[in-house]
Amino acid sequence: MYETKYHRPVSLPQAAKFAADHGDEGKYLAGGMTLIPTMKQRLAAPEALIDLRHVPGLKGIKVEGKSIVIGGGMTHSDVAMSDEIKSVCPGFADLAGLIGDPAVRHMGTVGGSVANFDPAADYPAALLALGATIRTNQREIAADDFFVGLFETALEDGEIVTKIAFEAPDACAYEKFRNPASRYAMCGVFVARRGGDVKVGVTGAGSEGAFHWSEAEQALSSNFAPEAVDGLTMPQDNMMSDIHGSSAYRANLVKVVTKRAVKKALGH
Amino acid sequence: MGVEGIGAKVLRKEDRRFITGRGRYVDDMSVPGMKYAAFVRSPYAHAKINGLDTSAAEGMPGVIGILNGQQLQGDGIGNLICGWAVSSKDGTPMKMGAWPALASQTVRHVGQAVAIVVAETQAQARDAAEAVMVDYEELPVVTKAVEALKDGAPQLHPEAPGNLIFDWELGDRAATDEAFSKAAHVTRLHIHNNRLVPNPMEPRAALGHYDPAEDHYTCWTTSQNPHVARLVMSAFYNVAPEHKLRIIAPDVGGGFGSKIYIYPEEIVCLWASKRTGVPVKWTSDRSEAFLTDAHGRDHETDVEMALDADNKILALRVETVANLGAYMSLFSSATPTYLYATLLSGQYDIPAIHANVKAVYTNTVPVDAYRGAGRPEATYVVERTMETAARELGISPAEFRRKNFIRSFPHQTPVIMAYDAGDFDATLNAGMEAADVAGFDARREEARSRGKLRGLGMSCYIEACGIAPSKAVGSLGAGVGLWESAEVRVNPVGTIEILTGSHSHGQGHETTFSQLVAERFGLPVDNVQVIHGDTDKVQFGMGTYGSRSGAVGMSAIHKALDKVEAKAKKIAAHLLEADEGDIVIENGEVKVAGTDKKLGWHEVCLGAYTGHNLPDGMEPGLKEGAFYDPTNFTFPAGCYICEVEVDPETGTTQIIQFVAADDFGRVINPMIVDGQVHGGLAQGIGQALLEGTHYDDAGQLLTASYMDYAMPRAWDLPMFKVSTHETLCPGNPLGMKGCGEAGAIGSPPAVINAITDAIGNNELTMPATPEKVWKALSAVE
Ligand SMILES: Cc1cc2nc3c(=O)[nH]c(=O)nc-3n(C[C@H](O)[C@H](O)[C@H](O)COP(=O)(O)OP(=O)(O)OC[C@H]3O[C@@H](n4cnc5c(N)ncnc54)[C@H](O)[C@@H]3O)c2cc1C
Repeated sequence: MYETKYHRPVSLPQAAKFAADHGDEGKYLAGGMTLIPTMKQRLAAPEALIDLRHVPGLKGIKVEGKSIVIGGGMTHSDVAMSDEIKSVCPGFADLAGLIGDPAVRHMGTVGGSVANFDPAADYPAALLALGATIRTNQREIAADDFFVGLFETALEDGEIVTKIAFEAPDACAYEKFRNPASRYAMCGVFVARRGGDVKVGVTGAGSEGAFHWSEAEQALSSNFAPEAVDGLTMPQDNMMSDIHGSSAYRANLVKVVTKRAVKKALGH
Repeated sequence: MGVEGIGAKVLRKEDRRFITGRGRYVDDMSVPGMKYAAFVRSPYAHAKINGLDTSAAEGMPGVIGILNGQQLQGDGIGNLICGWAVSSKDGTPMKMGAWPALASQTVRHVGQAVAIVVAETQAQARDAAEAVMVDYEELPVVTKAVEALKDGAPQLHPEAPGNLIFDWELGDRAATDEAFSKAAHVTRLHIHNNRLVPNPMEPRAALGHYDPAEDHYTCWTTSQNPHVARLVMSAFYNVAPEHKLRIIAPDVGGGFGSKIYIYPEEIVCLWASKRTGVPVKWTSDRSEAFLTDAHGRDHETDVEMALDADNKILALRVETVANLGAYMSLFSSATPTYLYATLLSGQYDIPAIHANVKAVYTNTVPVDAYRGAGRPEATYVVERTMETAARELGISPAEFRRKNFIRSFPHQTPVIMAYDAGDFDATLNAGMEAADVAGFDARREEARSRGKLRGLGMSCYIEACGIAPSKAVGSLGAGVGLWESAEVRVNPVGTIEILTGSHSHGQGHETTFSQLVAERFGLPVDNVQVIHGDTDKVQFGMGTYGSRSGAVGMSAIHKALDKVEAKAKKIAAHLLEADEGDIVIENGEVKVAGTDKKLGWHEVCLGAYTGHNLPDGMEPGLKEGAFYDPTNFTFPAGCYICEVEVDPETGTTQIIQFVAADDFGRVINPMIVDGQVHGGLAQGIGQALLEGTHYDDAGQLLTASYMDYAMPRAWDLPMFKVSTHETLCPGNPLGMKGCGEAGAIGSPPAVINAITDAIGNNELTMPATPEKVWKALSAVE
């Protein structure tokens, strides 16, 4: 790790001020589960770390009826263990419980994961399928507009993810096929059904990060059953290919995992 | 035996400090004035070094010194060596390329050290190491051994034309050819034994301290064999004379073979300490461990088995290409030869065997012994072939094995080894019963109804450990003898210190070695202290590897205890005015058999040290040493049965059940033996299912962190069903064989045999990742 400065702001404006002072040489620090290993490997060398963990505006989980708002500073474990989330949107809590290992879940945060947009991160699949809104210290961004490309989001320099918000759907589920080494998603699929409208978010498999599988959304909207996916083929061109799985294999996984997610959402 | 004697499940004495975080590892060591080192490492797999510019780095904060390979050579520090001479079949000696501890002309693998930076803090050392400018001229790269042998392949060492280190053979080629010409059936298989990264929990570390006042060197290092390290560092690397060099290997957090070798870093830290005048500590980080700890396995093998019409094996023919990486590590030549081809007879009576092994240089991390060392490779070849042959012949794999079992002992195989004892039917029967093989068909049907494919695979392994008779290994090229030493020091109050040349790095020696004393004198294990790992404290010893600490290390302790017992009895007989032959020692008391005359053990010991009333002419004191040289290897054997369920949609394999029925000879502590088997199985299953090491064409290690290198975790494994079946080893006084490596040796073929059984396709390489299994399934559909 290179030498770096450490700031501990206690409010959002103060955090933004530190960020502005350092320009693109500063980095927000949340759970540190992505940033710190990258710094230890000397792949990142921020001049300053701005610790968001003591900023009050990022905390809390609020569930009112079907509306769910989660602070960007909440850990994966907070989400997984939240009785309120579990009662209205169990699929989302379930997803958080499948991230990494217990240590990672107790440190890593929703905001950090969303801001980082790792192509194998779990939340993006859910946020796309749920039509979630990402709130920042400056504005609100729809998930579909927020996730731009590999490790690339709509966030401007210094912008802080403060909350994510969504309405719980009628039914939803997340199914994850883990990378055997990292245990990130090699393919993760979140399905969400609201009435006759079904959304499918896929992570881990696409070469540009999480995406909507629109063919499956159409097919499942007319028949919310695993068989509805049978006739579809996931084109290989947009699939990631690496030592852990070829694009052909990942294309197969998308289909299999989608079917299993639907099955789970149907309660079998 | 006492409650803590042989066969008792005594809890591990050492675990209190380990599980409360109070272990003392090399990185915990600190000496006044100590500074920190970082190594400048090659980012290229093959390159010429045209220059080294340290000027910017030298001016950086905290930098004390930057040293390079030319200075190292100038100071007469010798190149690293391979300590086992293996010759080609035409009689030419192996072709060893020069391996300087710091490269000054050519680098041959990513991660090779070219300079050391010593600075006030670790961070400063690393920052400065990054600022050292090395002018590299890239050279063509080859990472696969088979490719490296081809015409026109990049050449690594001028000493080894064609990258060929040796082309070695074992067995009778003519007899084997002859047997093949008469075969009714021949089974052929191409086998790939995947390269593995050892990954002990504690990364390597070294703290070198030169004391100019005494002209004396101390090196704390993560070693499995501190005396061997001292010998090699002094005799071959000229770091320091042996009597002025103290090596301390304190608590060591796992080794699996990778900490046998003497690496560039400890040599350079010691040398740098003298050069810079400060104690120098280096601790590997995990990335460096991936790039510099000796890797394991990496064989490509073609095997053929000839069978007669009655399904008896006539002969075995094996051609192996072994990737030794960029340099010859300390025992790298022995692993794919004398520790491998000598086990190709397996548990079977095979009249003729011929094996040919080519050892090859490539631009990869050096490859050497890793848990099992050669025997996992042999077992994988034999047991994959056995299963394949049985399937081709349409007979049950168990019956096929039974038909060919060796049943009379001693048995001379055609490949050097002479098996002394064993009962292969016993472990096969025990394994099959525990695995409920009879009920498998029903379970397979049930799985099918859930859309899952069940498979059953077995592996009847034999291995050779208790390494090894010095004379025998000497005749095969070893540069050292492989005996072990022990000293038993009885204190005046009767407590006991055992000084052993073995080294414990997770095996539980402090407990099992103490149990020998409990057995012998009926003293609590708590009254025994086991001392190891420090060349200033302990007499010369050979260290721990090859499952030798029981069969060889404990035999030495046993011999020393014999001497202590004999002297104690003489003293007691004198004090009790009895006949020496009537003295018995039990439960901490020294008694005259058949009478009520007795002394406390401590009274006899005190008597030995006061010297007030000893037999005439007897020296005072009670301290005895012994060296034990084994008469043969020992031959643990067993039967492993793996049952898997494959998800055909994703290719995921789940191990439903894993049975291990082992024969380790006498078991000292069943709990520790179970633990060793569990750990070995986890490593073997890791190799079979998860651990893939990938290099790209430029020689970059793609799997250089846990993000990409898949280590087995608890949830990948079932609850193991293990059992042991003792046939005593006739070769050593305790009847022990050794249990440290068996799990890793026997399990990979059981897993792959099970998966190939489930999917009905025998074309499957390790690690059997979900994608590979899925592809193999698509190929048969
Ligand atoms: C062993 C391991 C396994 C893992 N497995 C998984 C897995 O299975 N699935 C998965 O999804 N993830 C996994 N992760 C990643 C984990 O979920 C991280 O917690 C997450 O990706 C980053 O969150 P963090 O809070 O740790 O962020 P940090 O590492 O602190 O920061 C990450 C990046 O986001 C920025 N940032 C942080 N918070 C904010 C914010 N509120 N607003 C704007 N920018 C911000 C930082 O500046 C930095 O660039 C794993 C991580 C590890 C170490």
